[in-house]
Amino acid sequence: MTAQIITVTSGKGGVGKTTAVANLATALAADGRKVVCIDGDIGLRNLDVVMGLENRIVYDIVDVIEGRCKLRQAMIRDKHYPELYLIPAAQTRDKNAVSASDMKRICNEIKPDADFILIDSPAGIERGFRNAIAPADRVLVITNPEVSAVRDADRVVGILEAEEKGNPSLILNRLNPALVRNNDMLSAEDVLDLLGIHLIGIVPEDEAVIIGSNRGAPVVTDARSRAGQAFRNIAKRLQGEEVPFMDLYSQGGFWGALQKWTRRK
Amino acid sequence: MASMNSLVQIKGVRDGLLAAFDDAPWEEQRSALLSQIDERPAFFQGARLAVDVGSQALKVNELVALRDNLSERNVALWAVLSESPLTEQTAQLLGLATRLSKPQPEEQKRGDAAAEDTALFITKTLRSGKRIEYPGNVVVLGDVNAGAEIVAGGHVVVWGRVRGMIHAGANGDSSAVICALDLSATQLRIADKVSAMLKPQKHPKPEVASINGEGFLQSELWHPGELYLQDMS
Repeated sequence: MTAQIITVTSGKGGVGKTTAVANLATALAADGRKVVCIDGDIGLRNLDVVMGLENRIVYDIVDVIEGRCKLRQAMIRDKHYPELYLIPAAQTRDKNAVSASDMKRICNEIKPDADFILIDSPAGIERGFRNAIAPADRVLVITNPEVSAVRDADRVVGILEAEEKGNPSLILNRLNPALVRNNDMLSAEDVLDLLGIHLIGIVPEDEAVIIGSNRGAPVVTDARSRAGQAFRNIAKRLQGEEVPFMDLYSQGGFWGALQKWTRRK
Repeated sequence: MASMNSLVQIKGVRDGLLAAFDDAPWEEQRSALLSQIDERPAFFQGARLAVDVGSQALKVNELVALRDNLSERNVALWAVLSESPLTEQTAQLLGLATRLSKPQPEEQKRGDAAAEDTALFITKTLRSGKRIEYPGNVVVLGDVNAGAEIVAGGHVVVWGRVRGMIHAGANGDSSAVICALDLSATQLRIADKVSAMLKPQKHPKPEVASINGEGFLQSELWHPGELYLQDMS
């Protein structure tokens, strides 16, 4: 087994990095994969809350780096999926407690025993972000259909290109098809036109996501949620399956354009 | 400062430390610098370091490795000085400065010579946060996205869409022009004129922006057969 290391990042804060990591990890685990999540947001940890594992934290990633515990001791097993683990961030330290080579070392240690390592990047483009992308085999850039979020995503894509991190894939989160239809929101085509990178999934706006995050039960476990379905599809695509995009709009026209874009890669 | 290793000289400049290398393969220079730092960690602790790499052509991964090595030693790499345009471009990609605060006068002279008949040729899309500064002409084969900036001493030609900021004739040359297939820029500047204009167009057409006879910055549609520079004949 050699794990694929995937970092989720965005530039702008609050667009859904942590939600995406929690949901993709849970979906991959539900498909029988062994998954380890790493919260890269040292000092502002919250992946543990979204995954509902807050009360189980004894050791965190900084304890591992500074040698206070073994890596195994900091890996928290999920409540429902025995093959899903979380390495939490430290809350009382800051980004300077971790270096890029620390992240690489930890990932290399996990690599032989997992299928996927998902890293939740902090917002911004400073040290924490650099640490989070350092070990990545693949980077998912997540953005919202808002001009400010798209511009930050563009900046991040530019940095990834400069660091020769391979071609990132895009998750477009919180798309509201009704607003797009009324021309009140950037459409998926607009965002793809601006960023020009490979699209791996579109997640529609869904209240169930917030409810799930607050309960510590990621929305992928909700079979009826549209957002949950979208995250399950992205997880399938990460495993190399071809999954058609969900039809978020009932009107035609969108499909042709979208297919044109996905073929561009 | 006497140095045990003659490959690298380190001196203090206004904005921090400057390490200048003698002629040698890059790997040797790099390890010479790092061993100097390791010998006197207290002196380098928390320093801002600029490196002058001479004519070395460095790739992104080489500069990234250096930056990481330095940051592990708590030294911040902030500038890379080089005579090689490739290295300068690499450094700019990584967001590093390519000159110390005051440009040297001879550098300026070199720029003027370059402005006449050569151009910096960029074959990729400039994304947000990217800033290209060049004393001569700039040609981009790609888009200039919102949040990206080009500041050129001469003309700017973009074979693509412009949504970022372009400043042509930045050293005061008001005869400079900006040409693009789709000029939907947030702001254009030529010499000392600024124009915030140009809404995104549904069906973009090639345009040329220049300073007209009345001294206003304006853009007009491109017409075949027209010459946009008086001195181009």
